[in-house]
Amino acid sequence: MTKIKFIEADGKEHEVEAQEGQSVMQTALNNLVPGIVGECGGFASCATCHGYVDEGWQSKLPPPDAAEEGMIACAFHVKPNSRLTCQIKVTPALDGMVVRLPVSQTSE
Amino acid sequence: MEERIVIVGAGQAGGELAAGLRKQGYQGRVLLLGDEAHPPYQRPPLSKGFLLGKVALKDLYLKPLETYERFGIEFKPGTRVEAIDRSTREISLRDGSRLAYDKLVLATGGRARPLSLPGLEGARLENLFSIRSLADVEAMRGGFLPGNHLVIIGGGYVGLEVAAVAVQSGLRVTLLEAAPRLLSRVTGPEVSSFIERIHRERGVEFRLSCEVRGLELDEARRQVRGVSLACHGVPERLEADLVLVGIGLIPNTELASAAGLAVQNGIVVDEYACTADPAILAIGDCANQPSAYTGGRIRLESVPNAIEHARVAAATLMGKREPSAAIPWFWSDQYGLKLQMVGLSTGYEQCVTRGSVEHKEFSAFYLKDRRVIAADVIGRPAEFMAAKRLVSSRAEVDATRLGDVAVPLTSIAA
Repeated sequence: MTKIKFIEADGKEHEVEAQEGQSVMQTALNNLVPGIVGECGGFASCATCHGYVDEGWQSKLPPPDAAEEGMIACAFHVKPNSRLTCQIKVTPALDGMVVRLPVSQTSE
Repeated sequence: MEERIVIVGAGQAGGELAAGLRKQGYQGRVLLLGDEAHPPYQRPPLSKGFLLGKVALKDLYLKPLETYERFGIEFKPGTRVEAIDRSTREISLRDGSRLAYDKLVLATGGRARPLSLPGLEGARLENLFSIRSLADVEAMRGGFLPGNHLVIIGGGYVGLEVAAVAVQSGLRVTLLEAAPRLLSRVTGPEVSSFIERIHRERGVEFRLSCEVRGLELDEARRQVRGVSLACHGVPERLEADLVLVGIGLIPNTELASAAGLAVQNGIVVDEYACTADPAILAIGDCANQPSAYTGGRIRLESVPNAIEHARVAAATLMGKREPSAAIPWFWSDQYGLKLQMVGLSTGYEQCVTRGSVEHKEFSAFYLKDRRVIAADVIGRPAEFMAAKRLVSSRAEVDATRLGDVAVPLTSIAA
């Protein structure tokens, strides 16, 4: 079973079970993790599922495509490890991954 | 007795509210009533990926059924609410039972506006469709066969998205629009003509400034055979294998209205999603709310609005007061081209484009009093968030710099 840990901006942790093949965003939604909104439903159109992938895990992910890069480029509170969680598919290799969430998905 | 929140309508707004209450630690009972057989699902892919067969049914579900159980949300599918009794704080269901509430939230959404033409009364037409629900798409898919002629009535987003899917599936498509241009209520002429061009390139035919005069039915009055119309007064008849009507949405306000709540293009609510009855709230497509963005009242039909309005209602129900300050935004996808729109362009004085219309990568900014009130971003996702910020900040801009791709959009605000 693949586990993913989401850490809210205020430090609150949510360790949840993820289903292989689903997106990391959907994993957060299925487990009511606050801080991931997912307005566009996972089509890289809104950046409301933005998260920071912890050191060590980034290299295990395929790099962002052009659509994701475009959305990240102008998202709020961007860091070098910013990703759209809707574009990351859960695989067993991601077991234990930590995703930190930005201060807010909607406010400036 | 434990407090009970009853949500009528298991669409995006209702589902989001139920989840939001639990996320915020609400301890009482949460009942989510939907009249369809499905848990809350995404509607935008209905006219795109789901119609194309690229998105599976279970991937439309916003959350699996199991999530509702696990978080103590009592989801009741196939449940239709007939009436609200405000004096006893009860609702009555179609099966005759009654259900008590402490707080009631109306998230009843809307239904497709039917075609109003003489001679259609009482006809149940098997090849005339609209798209609002999963069932609508499942019914229409049978006619999505290569070579079939699809006539679409209405040149808004639903009509255009279906046109794109249909020509990609090998159908012949003719789209009829009453206005002289496509998307006329939501965008400027520059974007309208661009959208028309990308559809024409793929083979979609258009009849603009078109008046639909009638449908020709078969003898049994079960099938549409043809559509008669007139463009600029010139009559024409089109053969049709199937017809899609995409002419807007009627908000489902009947329950509220019958209960004596104010209805005016939607159920009237304040900035906290409350109706005049302190025990009843309304959210999403069916609600007419004050808008910090326009300064007036507004009813929005969009997913971002449903989510934001659910957030406002959750705060209200948790005893907080957090009015919405969100800027309306929308998106569409046609032929893999991403369209993102923010703000409302009504009343703009100037349109500034940035980028290359020819290369299908441009943004159109709508200016009023030198401020950006809305933007359409096409194939330039990196500009969308910056455009959103320009609209929300209401900053004054220099139109020349705005139109110059060499100037970063993030540095435009004066």
